Amino acid sequence: MPAYYLEALTLTLGFVLLLAEAFVPTKGKSWVGIAAAVGIFGLIGLCFLAVGPDSKPDAAWASWPLWNFYQFDTLARFYKIFALVSTGLVILLALDYRKILSRFTDHPGSENGTGEYYPLCLIACAGMMFLASAKDLAGAFVALELVTVTFYILVAFMRRNVGSLEAGVKYLILGALSTGFLVYGIAWVYGSTGTMSLQGIAEALPAVHNKTSLLFGIALVLVGLCFKIGAVPMQVWIPDVYQGAPTPTTAFLSVGSKAAGFILLIRFLDPFLASELTRAPVLTILSALCIATLLFGNLAAIPQTNFKRLLAYSSIAHAGFLLLALAAGGSETETSLGSVNAVSFYLATYLVMTLGVFFILAQVRIQRDGEAISDFDGLGKTDPLSATALTVLLAALAGVPLTAGFIGKFFAFSLAVEAGLWLPIGVAFIAAAAGFYYYLNVVRAMWWNQPNGRSDIDLPAITTVCLGSLTALALILGVWPQPVLELLK
Amino acid sequence: MLLAIVLIPLLAFVAILAGAPAKRTAMLASAANLLIAIYSTISWNQDFWNFSVPVLAKPAIHLAFGFQDGMSVVMVLLATLVTLAAVMTGDTPPGRERLWYGSSLLISAGAIGAFAATDLFFFYAFHELALIPTFLMIGMFGRGNRKTIAWTITIYLGLGSVVLLAGLVWLANLTGSFDIPTMIENAAMVDAAQQKSIAALLIVGFGSLVSLFPFHSWAAPAYASAPAPISMLHAGVLKKFGLYGLIRIALPLVPEGMHSWLNVLLVLLLGNILWVGWLAIAQKRLDYLLGTSSVMHMGYIFLAIAALVAVPGNDLAKPAAVLLMFAHGVSIALLFCLADQIENATGTLDLEEMGGLAKSAPKLAFLFGIATMASIGLPGLANFAGEVLVFLSAFRDYDPTSGLGPVQIACILSIWGVVISAVYGLRAFRRIFQGPTVKSTDTAPDASLCDRLPAILLTVTLFVIGLYPNLLLSLLR
Repeated sequence: MPAYYLEALTLTLGFVLLLAEAFVPTKGKSWVGIAAAVGIFGLIGLCFLAVGPDSKPDAAWASWPLWNFYQFDTLARFYKIFALVSTGLVILLALDYRKILSRFTDHPGSENGTGEYYPLCLIACAGMMFLASAKDLAGAFVALELVTVTFYILVAFMRRNVGSLEAGVKYLILGALSTGFLVYGIAWVYGSTGTMSLQGIAEALPAVHNKTSLLFGIALVLVGLCFKIGAVPMQVWIPDVYQGAPTPTTAFLSVGSKAAGFILLIRFLDPFLASELTRAPVLTILSALCIATLLFGNLAAIPQTNFKRLLAYSSIAHAGFLLLALAAGGSETETSLGSVNAVSFYLATYLVMTLGVFFILAQVRIQRDGEAISDFDGLGKTDPLSATALTVLLAALAGVPLTAGFIGKFFAFSLAVEAGLWLPIGVAFIAAAAGFYYYLNVVRAMWWNQPNGRSDIDLPAITTVCLGSLTALALILGVWPQPVLELLK
Repeated sequence: MLLAIVLIPLLAFVAILAGAPAKRTAMLASAANLLIAIYSTISWNQDFWNFSVPVLAKPAIHLAFGFQDGMSVVMVLLATLVTLAAVMTGDTPPGRERLWYGSSLLISAGAIGAFAATDLFFFYAFHELALIPTFLMIGMFGRGNRKTIAWTITIYLGLGSVVLLAGLVWLANLTGSFDIPTMIENAAMVDAAQQKSIAALLIVGFGSLVSLFPFHSWAAPAYASAPAPISMLHAGVLKKFGLYGLIRIALPLVPEGMHSWLNVLLVLLLGNILWVGWLAIAQKRLDYLLGTSSVMHMGYIFLAIAALVAVPGNDLAKPAAVLLMFAHGVSIALLFCLADQIENATGTLDLEEMGGLAKSAPKLAFLFGIATMASIGLPGLANFAGEVLVFLSAFRDYDPTSGLGPVQIACILSIWGVVISAVYGLRAFRRIFQGPTVKSTDTAPDASLCDRLPAILLTVTLFVIGLYPNLLLSLLR
């Protein structure tokens, strides 16, 4: 099966469900989400059957010009699976969150307005999957816009909620600004190298005369991409948008959208890191971005009192650690994993930990009607099991050993040590210590404070299963990370 | 086989979470573990103890357990012994049994895992695993200003661990391996300048975990606040991880680096023994007194480490350090266990509000007396054997014609610590058990057999090792 069927099938599923949702007169809309989730998990299986033109050069489709824009390698497969898994989990999260979604959409109280949510996730997912395969800046840009435009809707989905609308406007304005940076940067890169194909750029680099204009273009593209990955200098939108957007959208932004940004960043940087001309300055820019992101994300997270906002800063902080691995610029060797694999692994653990936390956050939002850290008070007394799960996940986010988060950070630090990035390492250590503080702050609220009349939390079935498996994964990957790394081979 | 000893408490923890009867499961698991650990003392150098599975290809990391030498055996034995005593101690808050016993088991699993791991990664990781339940338990069930105290030690030990991690990762990077024996073989790959920086990181990192002066201020409030089993496990077992790490990792891998910090280390350990000892005399509550004394006694073990740094081939210092680690672990656990019973009997731990308890609770008085003697270092009890060996090791290869070196001077000053211990130990005993009875001790019940069992277990151990230290020393040669 040619690999692009995956995107085609995801889009088809999205559009079919969108139409079905509009024309099938049912009261509840949860079936749309269930159908989307089932479809997604089917597509994950198909990812292992998909092949690119290299494995079947004789097939008719192998000579299509599409392959000038689209490639399929292990990295592409990994990020396609990543996009599908995160979309699937977000849809499951949205299913349990539809009570709140329906409160702020058309006909408040009925589920009428919630049906479009699930197909929109699928459409964004198709964009992320295409990004994983991008090999041409034009194609990548179109896919990126597909993701971003869909997110404009998803962020402002609760259209009767002022916070959600405000978040939508902020995301729209800054998103448009970053798109401007990105396109302008691509133009400069195109002007310097004469091509938009990444492979073409790699071939053209030795002949580039005007290094300054090329570096200017690269810097502009990096700034544009920082918007997607949530790094300084384009991080300002994150706290407000994360806090205002519906919780499933926030989860999707912080996991799916960030990963899509990173795979594009990896693909885009690949030719420039391979060339002597641009390697050193690009790595310097990455180090600078890494330091600024780590400092901003971690230090600004410390005084937060709203848990959802805290997760926004945490998302910036993790972008910093991911940039640390990228800035090391390590290639895969006998003993070292290489920066790309380290980033991919880190993102996989980040998916597990973050989505798990969002599952609990959503239930606390629904059942205790709040998202502040104080709304978690006494959770250890009222619901020891969900509090234990959240403790494990937060410990993983903080990077406590024997959890998945530690291994991810460990890879990033090892690569940075090998590359001798002492200043970023020093900052990252401070950042990791600050992380301990603000994640354990929530743990503290759960276990040490009294519930003070706050209600019990009943976990619905979907949340229970997802939370249980994500927590178990956060622990298993902390002791046995090799399975994820096998996917990258 | 060593995997079993780590897995048993973890599985018991899962079983308790899943609804098994908490106390019985915890006791059963700890007893089984103690039996396995005792068996390991006679068969530790056989192959069936070793266990290793690769968990990561690049860099190569294995989930590997094994006894690298007798030191690991003694530490695992200490951990299992104190765990059994700890799960038998203390009154569980009603309805919270699962958390209470589950946390003790997790701490135990973490400590055993750290002592048994032969891979640097898991050596570090298991210790961290044990810290989390410690923080949570103090924050939930602690006495006094529990939230502030628990938060302080979370931050303190968290920062210490991060510093330690930096040193360890640096070492692994230089030696190109995470397997501790392989790292030691490649020790020559760490050059002198790097040794000095790494040694500093390790001394600060391990040192704050063991409450080395001046990184000790978290310890006394934490032990005073923590529920008795947690104090027993942390002061008795988990804290020894820092010392174990210095002997296992720092000494063989960065000997020159450690040597360049020798004089600093000597000053710091005198800070532990003399300054913190002085503070112990001034304590007005038994729990603070015990916490402070536990910090003070770390100084002696640091003295043995310093002796080992000064004379690299010192064949006395390492057995001395390990023996004293064992003895201190058992005696401090015993003291915290008895302090809990004193509090249950009298409702207070304030030394000023007690007196004459020996009249109403003679058995408790007898046990506490022995524990105090042990802590002071009276002959016949395990601490004496350890402390004497430590003092002797400081004079190993000592040339009388060249005058006293820094280690010898530090040793002579440290011996004053025994006097300090006697002052506060005997004073506490007198205040609590002797003199006229007061309201709180008048009708205090004596400890029941059930309460005394863990104390008897630990007391017997102190006597056995005190009278025949060769039981452990034969493992350490």
